[in-house]
Parts: sequence; structure tokens; C-alpha cells
Amino acid sequence: MATIELKDVRKVYGGNIDAIKGVSLDIADGEMIVLVGPSGCGKSTLLRMVAGLEGISGGDVVINGKRVNDLEPAERDIAMVFQNYALYPHMTVKQNLAYGLKNRGTPKDEIERRITEAARALEIEAFLARKPRQLSGGQRQRVAMGRAIVRKPAAFLFDEPLSNLDAKLRVQMRVEIRRLQQSLATTSIYVTHDQMEAMTLADRLVVLNAGCIEQVGTPIELYEKPATTFVATFIGSPSMNLMTLGDGIGWTGPDGAGLPPDATIIGIRPEDIVIADGSLIGGFCTRVQVIAVELVGAESYVHGAAENGSIIVCRVPGRSIIGIGETLDLAAMPDRFHLFDRDGKRV
Amino acid sequence: MQSVVFPNKILPYALVAPQIVLTVVFFFWPASQALYQSMMREDPFGLQSSFVGLANFSNILADENYLHALRVTVVFSLATALLSMGIALLLATAADTVVRGKGFYRTMMIIPYAVAPAVAGMLWLFMFNPAMGTFAYILRRNGIPWDPLLNGDQAMSLVVVAAAWKQISYNFLFFVAGLQAIPKSLLEAAAIDGARGARRFWTIVFPLLAPTTFFLLVINTVYAFFDTFGIIHSVTGGGPAKATETLVYKVYNDGFVNLNLGSSAAQSVVLMVIVIALTAFQFRFVERRVHYG
Repeated sequence: MATIELKDVRKVYGGNIDAIKGVSLDIADGEMIVLVGPSGCGKSTLLRMVAGLEGISGGDVVINGKRVNDLEPAERDIAMVFQNYALYPHMTVKQNLAYGLKNRGTPKDEIERRITEAARALEIEAFLARKPRQLSGGQRQRVAMGRAIVRKPAAFLFDEPLSNLDAKLRVQMRVEIRRLQQSLATTSIYVTHDQMEAMTLADRLVVLNAGCIEQVGTPIELYEKPATTFVATFIGSPSMNLMTLGDGIGWTGPDGAGLPPDATIIGIRPEDIVIADGSLIGGFCTRVQVIAVELVGAESYVHGAAENGSIIVCRVPGRSIIGIGETLDLAAMPDRFHLFDRDGKRV
Repeated sequence: MQSVVFPNKILPYALVAPQIVLTVVFFFWPASQALYQSMMREDPFGLQSSFVGLANFSNILADENYLHALRVTVVFSLATALLSMGIALLLATAADTVVRGKGFYRTMMIIPYAVAPAVAGMLWLFMFNPAMGTFAYILRRNGIPWDPLLNGDQAMSLVVVAAAWKQISYNFLFFVAGLQAIPKSLLEAAAIDGARGARRFWTIVFPLLAPTTFFLLVINTVYAFFDTFGIIHSVTGGGPAKATETLVYKVYNDGFVNLNLGSSAAQSVVLMVIVIALTAFQFRFVERRVHYG
């Protein structure tokens, strides 16, 4: 049980390469924070700085009110789950789980008790005597989780723990991690580049871009009110359509004029765009030529090219019968608009 | 095995011929000569030899001198292997933490491997020769009665050190590669699990180096058994009182110095069997067993 505070944390490599440019964040006790961003945005570096595997160039990392900048990873009372699991290949599953406790001088019967408890929670009781190489990817993942749980640390740190699993298993483990984290109520930081994973797991999401925080908020907040165009396009799939106003994309109806003066970019999510049947009263409307239709089962994504060349994606329920080359009028209501200024900030 | 059919009937044979010729001339021919000789006995003047069957073998196996040489070889080989591997591992772990001049440091470490055995032997002999060696002088001045020409144990330690020194480079290279092959995340996981320094080394690093260590143990044993003739010959000549006479050295001594060709040949056949056994052992276990998935 712990709170984690990041105070203007910085990381500079080789004297001049800024990997993390001043990140501040308060994480409440028991909260699941997901750091998400494209590769190279510094999310893993930030996590490793909290873990103590990476030096801190500036600012403070505070765990439970205690500054831990100069503490060894083992002294920070955290547990980490690695992307490649990092299980000790020469030890059995049980020895893997016991290793961290043994190093801390936990009594034998206590170790035994905790392993039994964790093994039951993760359903790995049957594999305790096996070596990691005899386990499947999903089972190894569970053992890696188990190694974190038995320690009963103040915080869990997850470094893209599911990216080595296949899609089906990933969904399953995602649910399980969430369930486990909630039942243990342990403060967690979870790093991923998968926005789906981020949306489903997080109490609060932190979107990182080029070493800076773009936005912090609940998944729904970020989805409904993205603070920047970066967040707008990063969260949600297919990503939000962004169009520059006055760029040849047509406005119909009287409402078009009512936009704030400094709004230069308009963003509309694919599900907010409808195929106009001519009766739409106001807002946004443009004519596109269909260039691609993606059928994903329950819905279809129609990609259309507007007259000025920009591509607009629109979500259509069910299996679309729209053919490539057809001309469509796409429309959206003004209350669905996300407006951004010239620098990509929300208006 | 995949069977490959070559369109040209002669070319494949021509291509493997050089290797075949080399193997026949430098292995099969001398090996068969040794086998033949091992069953013959020369008369004292070397004028004729007679067939004696396996008598040479039963003689050497019953010979106290031969068994002594066997014991010397085992002690020498194990000591050499352990000493050179121990030091190499120490240096390799140290090299792992070197930040600046890594390449230079490693290159310097590899140089002894390029030194010929006899030269390496002479080097150590000069340093520790009781009459003129600098280190021998220092040792004696500090009250240690250093005289490898009379003291068998000291002679043994001298050849062990000389033989081990030459092999350190080779072991160092493999240990460095082995250390680099350990995934960084495992060491990080161990760091988070609270294992530091010596504890981390013995519980994580050393077990993960096991394949390398096992491979080197076999290689070093083979080296100490068969490749150290030059060192022993130049440093002690097998003495004092046969204290450093290994099996290989005894083959040379009995065959080329004492001209007891039959016995010498029988000894070399026994050595050949040991090499074959060690090689088979290495292939069986090093290749398969000691690997982590």
C-alpha cells in the first residue's frame, strides 16, 4: 500500500539527450496508472526510474512519502513484471517465487504460505516443480506475476507484460491482471504501447509523448476530451479524423459559423460521422469517394477521400455493402466536434 | 542427415581429398603405427621386434611408475583447469564492469594465448629459476625455501601456474561471451529481488554460466592432458623425481629418450582412448545437457 509521487523527474542521456523532460505525477494508494505512448516516448525509462534500474537525472521519486532517488531497487519495496518475464531459467517455478523472499530473510514457513497463496490465486499450483522452459508463454506470465505478488510490495511495476503473448491470451491476462490488482489493491504503474490495453486497465491514463506528459485522466476523460491532437489520435481506434478548417472541406448549414475563433483543427471520431441522407440540418458535411472498406465483423470502417485529398474514416454498423469508388456525403453534428487551435491544444 | 546428389561425380571427391589426405597422413597412419607398435617388443639393440600381443598394456597398467604418472596427470590437469578458469572468471566479471578502454583491456588479456607453450614455460622458468629467477630471489629473501629443482610440490605448482597462465586468455574470452549472453533483465529482476554482489553472482550469474563453465572444464582438461608437453619439458623436464611427469611426458620419455618403443606406443594408445572418451563425453553432454531453454 503506497502512494507514489513524481516531482519534475528528468532523464538526460549522455549529457544532452533529454529522454524525460520533467514529469510530475501523483499516484494515489491502490491506483492503477497506465503509462501509454508511442515507442521512444520514454514510458519504459520512466518506469525503470521508479524501479531504480535507471538513474534519475533531475527531480524526485517519492514512494510513500520517502524520497527513493538514491535507494537500491531492492530497498524501494517495489516488484516488477518484465516484458520477457525474466524468470530465472535454472530455478523451478517455486524457487523463482521464493527467491526474493529468501534474499530478504523471510522465515521458511512464511515463504511456503505465501507461495501457496499466490499459486492458488494464479492457478499455477500444478507447475510449481517445473522449470520455466517447460511452461507456455501464458504460464510464464503467471509465474512472473506470482513472483511480484508473493513479495507483497508497496507497488507493482509492469513493463509491457503482455506484449509477448498472442492476442487471445493477451485479452484474458489483461482481465486477470485487472482483477488481481483490484483485489490486492496494490498501487500499480503499467507501461504499454497498446491503447486498448491502456483503456481497459487504467484507473487513470498518462499519455506520454517525447518525454512529456500530454494528458492525465480517466480513460473516458481522455477519450471524450482529448487535450491535444496527439492524444486525440492516439486514443481510440480507428483514430480520430483531424481536418484543418477552411481547407476545402465543406460546411453546410448555418451552424458552421458558430465555432470559436481560434479553432483551426477540427477532430471527429469515426463513430460520430454518419452517412448523410440529405436531411441533415447543420454541422459538418463533405462529399467523399470511398477508397477502402474494412469489415471487422460487428462494424465496418469506410475510408473516403475528400475533394482536397484528406482521408476521412467513418464507422458503419454491421457489414457494409458500400462499394469502393462510390460517392458518399459524410456528416457530423457540431456537439461531436473536438476543436483544437493551431498548436494542437484543445479549444 | 540429408542426402545430397551432386551432378559432377568426380569434383566432390576432389574437393574433400586434401582433408582426407591430411587426416590419413597425420592421424590414421601414425595411429595405426602406434597400434602396431604397441603390440611389438624391440630387442635392446633395435635390430628386430617381436609380437607380444597385449603384454605391453598389462605391463604399463601394472607399472607403479605409470600409475604415478596417471595420478600426477589428474592432479596437474584439475589444478590447471581450476586455476585458469577461476582467474579467467574473476577477470571476466571485472571486465564486465569496465567502462572505459574495454577493447584495449580485452585485447591485452588475449595476448598470452598467442605465446608458444615452450616460450611460456621459459618465461616462468626465468622468473622462478632458483639460480637466476627474480621471483625466486624475492621468495627466498622473504623466508620461503623456494627450490623447484628439489621440491616436487613446488615444481608442480610452477608448471601448473605456467600452464594455467597460458590458458587464462582462452577461458576469459568464453566467460566474457557467456556473461554477455545473460539477459540484462534477469540481473535486473535479481536486483529487485534483493540479491546483490556475491549472492547475485553465485545464485544467478554462476548457474547461468554453467554451460560455458562445463564446456571450458572439458577443453581445459584436454589442454592440460595433451597440450602442456612444451611447458613441462622446458620448466621441469618431468622432474624432480618424476613429480611432474604427466602421461604425455612419459610417452615422450619412454619412447624417445629411453627408446622403449613398445611401452611408449601402448601408453599413447591409452591416451588416444582417453581423448576419444573425453570428446564423446563433450559431444554428449556439452552439446545437449547443460543448456537452459
